[in-house]
Amino acid sequence: MPQVSLTVNGKRHTVEVETRTLLVELLREKLGLTGTHVGCDTSQCGACVVHVDGTSVKSCTFLAVQADGASVTTIEGLAAADGTLHPMQAAFREHHALQCGFCTPGMVMSAIDLVNSHKERMSEAEIRHGLEGNLCRCTGYHNIVKAVAAAQEVMHGRAQAAE
Amino acid sequence: MNLFEYVRPASLAEAIAAGAAPGAAFLAGGTNLLDLMKGGIARPSRLVDLTRLPGLGAIERGPEGGVRIGALVRNADLAHDPDFAQRFPAVAEALLSGASAQLRNAATVGGNLMQRTRCAYFYDPASACNKRDAGAGCAARGGERRLAAVLGASEQCIATHASDFCVPLAALDAVVEIAGAAGTREVALEDFHLLPGATPERESVLAPGELILAVRLPAAAAAFARHARYLKLRERTSYAFAVVSAAAALRIEAGAIVEGRIALGGVAAKPWRARGAEAVLSGQKPERALFRRAAEAALAEARPVGDNGFKIELARRIVARALALAAAGTPARLPALPASPFAPVPGGPHG
Repeated sequence: MPQVSLTVNGKRHTVEVETRTLLVELLREKLGLTGTHVGCDTSQCGACVVHVDGTSVKSCTFLAVQADGASVTTIEGLAAADGTLHPMQAAFREHHALQCGFCTPGMVMSAIDLVNSHKERMSEAEIRHGLEGNLCRCTGYHNIVKAVAAAQEVMHGRAQAAE
Repeated sequence: MNLFEYVRPASLAEAIAAGAAPGAAFLAGGTNLLDLMKGGIARPSRLVDLTRLPGLGAIERGPEGGVRIGALVRNADLAHDPDFAQRFPAVAEALLSGASAQLRNAATVGGNLMQRTRCAYFYDPASACNKRDAGAGCAARGGERRLAAVLGASEQCIATHASDFCVPLAALDAVVEIAGAAGTREVALEDFHLLPGATPERESVLAPGELILAVRLPAAAAAFARHARYLKLRERTSYAFAVVSAAAALRIEAGAIVEGRIALGGVAAKPWRARGAEAVLSGQKPERALFRRAAEAALAEARPVGDNGFKIELARRIVARALALAAAGTPARLPALPASPFAPVPGGPHG
């Protein structure tokens, strides 16, 4: 079986996998990082979004062997060691941007990449377009959009973090 | 998903040799292939991972003003390249009309050309499909045909090509650079995908082992930058494949169209260049009635399959609207958010 060496949330791992093992299976089943969810398993819903070398990808449509040598960040890797939340996580809490929480890890990971790749302030329409690959069946998206709008101000140094 | 051999060639020659073996498939972003494998529709015995091949990941401006886009350039990187978006705005707009951010981060230029149809019967291993299993028959023919092709279809296959990106590429005379065991060759994007005819399992001119090196746009394509749009109609306002779409590009001088380009998506097994409609535009004043005449010409050969005649009229309206948007001018902010088919048309009521 092929060996995959990758860094996940700053920690180096070398794991034996089948060629057909998906990145999300490696994260959840081999490394026990179950914060990354599997929703549709067909790259539509976005619950499985993680960062590979800094950009968001759907880990249910990404072979573990493709991540060999990569640096992966999951929802578990966002908060600081002392528990301080990432500004996007804090904004999701502040704006009540979740109900059941199933889509939340993927939504947060997508939203962070979206803000990182838009240094200029995004309009509501741009945020909505940017989140088109993440489905949420509870919130109607309104509070998620509000949270992302607030977090972009903090992440780009234009406002203080939510308490 | 079936088990398979995974190989990661270090050179182009190794990749071509590894990909020529029966049962081998090339892997780039994997956004389409892995879904097909999970559904049991594709069962390759060997995956040849191209993503670490050197030299295929650059966007290079040619000496005369064209651009060469390496096959491994990610869709997101191309759409957000400022120089590219400014010179080929309809292509950037089409890229951002497709899939979602995460998929555009993974999906490549070469992979976009090679994506398979989204015909529901192709995706259902229990249904007969000549594309999946040559000679098996076509369940779509007697089934749900709303989204089927209205141009270039055959008795054996009525599937459409799903790409947004390929539509402006066809309009702008893109060229595909191909490498194989016998060396390299070039094919116009317009001729790269094949109409189904009696062999719908053959979707492109690529032979086994051949792969895409790059897609080139000529310098002349940048001359349309001030009046170029892509417009896509889908069954919901985001994250869906086109019911119909159109790329429109105009060169306007002294109030008259010097040259117009039109291609359609979602209507055939390949991006559909509408040269007859382009001829209607030449030398004319850009106005609503002209755009409707061009749209009629673009769909002159269209034929419905079953109950999908509505697609023909929708396609005419999308062509006319894309032309009106192009005439009004490329948006100042690039890359533009995908144009809405529901927004008012500049200079006219809804149409």
